[in-house]
Amino acid sequence: MSDLTDLLIKLIPVFPLLAVLVNGVLGHRYSHDMAHRLAWGSVGLSFLCTVIVFIDVMRTGASHEVIAYQWIFGGDLAINLAYLVDPLTCAWLLVVTGVGFLIHVYSVGYMHGEAGFTRFFTYMNLFMVSMLLLVMGNNYVVLFIGWEGVGLCSYLLIGYYYDKVSAAKAASKAFVVNRIGDAGFLVAIFLIFINFKTLDYTKVFAQVGQLSPDMATAIALCLLLGAIGKSAQLPLHTWLPDAMEGPTPVSALIHAATMVTAGVYMIVRNHAIFDLSPFAMSMVAFVGGGTALFAATIGLVQTDIKRVLAYSTVSQLGYMFLGCGVGAYTAAVFHVMTHAFFKALLFLAAGSVIHALSGEQDIRKMGGLSSRIPWTHRLFLIGTIAIAGLPPLAGFWSKDEIMAHAFTHQHYLLYSMAACGALMTSFYMFRLTYLTFYGSSRMDHHTAEHVHESPMIMVAPLMVLAFLSIVGGVVLGFPPEHGWLHGFLGPVVGVGSEHEASAGMVVLLMGIAIAIALMGWGLAHFLYVVSPATADGWAEKFSAAYRILLNKYYVDEFYDLMFVEPLKRLGAMLDWFDRTVIDGVVRGVGRITDWGASGSTWIEKHIVYAGLNVIGYGNHLAAREGRKMQSGMVHHYAAIIVAGLFLLVLVVQLFAPM
Amino acid sequence: MLEELTAGFPILSCILFLPVVGAAVLWLFDEEDMVRTSALTIALVELALSVFVLLRFVPESAAMQFTERVRWIPALGISYHLAVDGISVLFVGLTAFLTVLVVVYSWDTIRHQVKLYMMCLLALETTTMGVFVSLDLILFFVFWELMLIPSYFLIKLWGGGAERHYAALKFVLYTLLGSVFMLVGIALLNINYHEWASLHHTDQTYSFDLLELLTVPIPVSQQLVIFWLMFLGFAFKAPVFPFHTWLPDALLEGPIGMAVVLAGLKLGTFGFIRFSIPLLPDASKSETVVMVVVVLGLCAILYGAWMALVQVDFRRLLAYSSVSHLGFVVVGLFALNYQGLQGSLLTMINLGFSTAGLFFIAGFLYSRQQTTQLAAFGGMAKQVPLLATFFLIIGLASIGLPGTNGFVGEFLILLGAFKAKWWFGAVAVLGVIFGAAYFLWYYERSMFGPLGAAVKGTMSDLQPREKIIAVSLSVMILWIGLYPSPFLRIMNGSIQALVDRVSQETKVSLEGNGFERRY
Repeated sequence: MSDLTDLLIKLIPVFPLLAVLVNGVLGHRYSHDMAHRLAWGSVGLSFLCTVIVFIDVMRTGASHEVIAYQWIFGGDLAINLAYLVDPLTCAWLLVVTGVGFLIHVYSVGYMHGEAGFTRFFTYMNLFMVSMLLLVMGNNYVVLFIGWEGVGLCSYLLIGYYYDKVSAAKAASKAFVVNRIGDAGFLVAIFLIFINFKTLDYTKVFAQVGQLSPDMATAIALCLLLGAIGKSAQLPLHTWLPDAMEGPTPVSALIHAATMVTAGVYMIVRNHAIFDLSPFAMSMVAFVGGGTALFAATIGLVQTDIKRVLAYSTVSQLGYMFLGCGVGAYTAAVFHVMTHAFFKALLFLAAGSVIHALSGEQDIRKMGGLSSRIPWTHRLFLIGTIAIAGLPPLAGFWSKDEIMAHAFTHQHYLLYSMAACGALMTSFYMFRLTYLTFYGSSRMDHHTAEHVHESPMIMVAPLMVLAFLSIVGGVVLGFPPEHGWLHGFLGPVVGVGSEHEASAGMVVLLMGIAIAIALMGWGLAHFLYVVSPATADGWAEKFSAAYRILLNKYYVDEFYDLMFVEPLKRLGAMLDWFDRTVIDGVVRGVGRITDWGASGSTWIEKHIVYAGLNVIGYGNHLAAREGRKMQSGMVHHYAAIIVAGLFLLVLVVQLFAPM
Repeated sequence: MLEELTAGFPILSCILFLPVVGAAVLWLFDEEDMVRTSALTIALVELALSVFVLLRFVPESAAMQFTERVRWIPALGISYHLAVDGISVLFVGLTAFLTVLVVVYSWDTIRHQVKLYMMCLLALETTTMGVFVSLDLILFFVFWELMLIPSYFLIKLWGGGAERHYAALKFVLYTLLGSVFMLVGIALLNINYHEWASLHHTDQTYSFDLLELLTVPIPVSQQLVIFWLMFLGFAFKAPVFPFHTWLPDALLEGPIGMAVVLAGLKLGTFGFIRFSIPLLPDASKSETVVMVVVVLGLCAILYGAWMALVQVDFRRLLAYSSVSHLGFVVVGLFALNYQGLQGSLLTMINLGFSTAGLFFIAGFLYSRQQTTQLAAFGGMAKQVPLLATFFLIIGLASIGLPGTNGFVGEFLILLGAFKAKWWFGAVAVLGVIFGAAYFLWYYERSMFGPLGAAVKGTMSDLQPREKIIAVSLSVMILWIGLYPSPFLRIMNGSIQALVDRVSQETKVSLEGNGFERRY
């Protein structure tokens, strides 16, 4: 069994890799049907392998380390391309291949008829390969290949409609902002190597105790920087909303369900290091809590259906960070999984809406769609309820667990930040639902005429995701703190907390959470169903605040002003400096040489050749060759030789024995 | 069987002189296609010989291999001494590889004086090979200088820019000025050997032979003088910031083929790892030298990247990105530990695929728009999807994306730098961010977005010859990126020996023979 498992582990990333190669090289030679079958088929096979591996890991509780080959080595360094599959990796693998498979299937319908259909699936498969390496690697460098690989695919897919300027700009922005985080991650890797002389997880975590607290903090903060970039947390969150320029399945797969959770994976994977540094832990928690709240406020007023979901994703990722920061690692992973279900569902359903409306994304131009696209409506509503945190749907259990953990561990400030965020989450999600599906239609005539429900190939994956969004929470995490996932992940993240909350407290916190969610829903219902005029009135009354939120706190403008523009200006200044000052010195020296050359004929005749014969026979040859070339050259050459000779004599005089 | 046949066969001499002899043969032909075919044949045979050397090279060994040694001017201790080890053998292969690609590229892009051009190119190949395989410093120096002659003509006669005469002269003068200092350094090494040999009454009193010079101790103070003299020679050539201003001119004004060789073969930094560091280990590791050189390297990384960010001409951008990459190499070299040296050596090879590859891309762009100015491009990915794809692959290699060769080298350099001093690494890491910025920004503006005003509707995608170049470069990029093992194994032995040599304690004071009395 173990050998078979090892083989299957090796095969998991190979299937999509083969699909990338075949589609990438030969894709233009055969039909779209062939290309997409290869694409989702390969991911399906990976999923099957994952399930078998998962069952084995669950049954035996053993983790598997498999070496594919030796990658970078020399001296005291040895980095293998090798995999580690333990319960934590299994959790991610199931999400990545499972949700990934559903989104691939959905894409067949969504991308139908697009130019670059095969290119799309090639990039998607390449993304799968990278993401699998990211979660399966047994050392930091393989993690980093995956980390950068998913970044590349994110770049390629955001820029999928590359002839759109906004898409091209968003793609570059995503990559460059991510690279800031990546630089931090790289520094962390180097610090780890210097301290542990290895980069394999198992060996590092085995001797993590020797780490000094300061070093632990330094490493943890560098890792955190990497995680912040990839998971779009404050202050590097700006790329994710822009990333919505990519096709909607991309937003669902990469920018909601999988890639952006890589930061959480990295922190949970390195919890042994984070646990050593209370300061780093509180940084993680406050970055998460701050982002959860910050992004939620922006989500309140956005008018683009995908941007609302994007800010919601940033905010939900904040919850996961908050969970990690307070030590609720299992709850964070739990939230990653449930979030993957309901956020993928929401994005794909939003895609179905956009599909129905021939590309319209502005919710001000929607409304009253519930009867026109009933399946999409129902599925979207399930996603909304799940994310808003109403039981028994999935989002409730995982979010509540994070918040309860924060509360029972006396992080009251973080708890209240999360609670405020939860209120807003519930509000903006129901606002989105109401504006999209209820009320009177605000579509223009042409769009309204063409509204149609999406084909089965798009709706079916949504149904699976909706089912997971409904039952996923209970199956994985009930009862709270003692659910199946806790038992499964226990060996990796450690079990047991000294602050076991009483049953009464658990129920009380759940009650508060439900009340918060209901309040948000009620408020949305009031503003967008009962009395729509009030919403506009409020927007006018608090117009300054409204404008700040609408413009996302002007963070992009601030960064442009503070970093991008000065960088470019300094670049232009350096360019001037290079051309005039540095090169000016060179030209000046050149002129002096020129002047010297004219007077050097005599010296050339009498000294140079005599000297050359003694000192450098080769140079003599070279000089003779040079003379043949061009007379102007020879003078320069000679002048330099002369200068060199003088220098030589000088140096020899100084150092030679008397 | 093959072993017996080839034992004692002077294969390095064959590699060294085949191109120049071939160039002479070219003289006999008049028909242009005949010239092209013959040049390609010669380049391919050269490549085959080089690959043969690489295959027969014993990896994980520090020994000099394929040695050929004949006395040349015994009175001065000059010999014709060729050999390769883990440090130089890969450059032999790279030079042969790039020359083939340049011949292929030049096939229809060079239209006048084809014969002379091919002759210059082959002559350049010989001299470059000479630099890589010479173990005698005078022999090395001869090739180093001879290299200028074909380079000068290539830039001056086949350059596309209006300023090509200026650029050619500037390039030659710069290198010459540097080599004067280097020559003095070489002379001092010889004198030092002579002093030592006289004291020890050895048979041989003069030597320019690297292996013999290595056996002789050199007092630290003198090492420092020689180091700086040689440093100037190599730094001008490399070029190390701030001696870089000839590079943008030469690369912009010269023909693409020349730019590929200039930017792809890192002769200057090869000089550091071949001669400076092993010959002058105490100077190389002295506090001042490490500080000055590494800080220059760090400046180069940031300065080059920053400059690249604001360039609108792709070839100028590449010139500054080369400056930035060389900064990485220098930092890695003078980290003086295993990873730093290994990473630098690998990066020098890598740049022969990535930077040189981007110059080919620049050439492809040039063939289509007769310029590499940004204004001539925009939204080209729709018109030339294959070109855009290979542009991206090679570009990502140059910014060190994992999975490409660039990452392996850059990662090792950064790791080495961190091991040496944490802030070396911390500053160098910033280059990673800037690298992504300047490349992607240029790529975005040239390939993405709406079709540029100057882009004609009927631009053709990659032609067969261009495909050969792009594919072969990409294969190398991914090979080294994903499975660098064969390359690392070739280097390992020599790198280990170099690390051992550098980390040894100074021996001079232990000699106790009065040798140091003069200083």
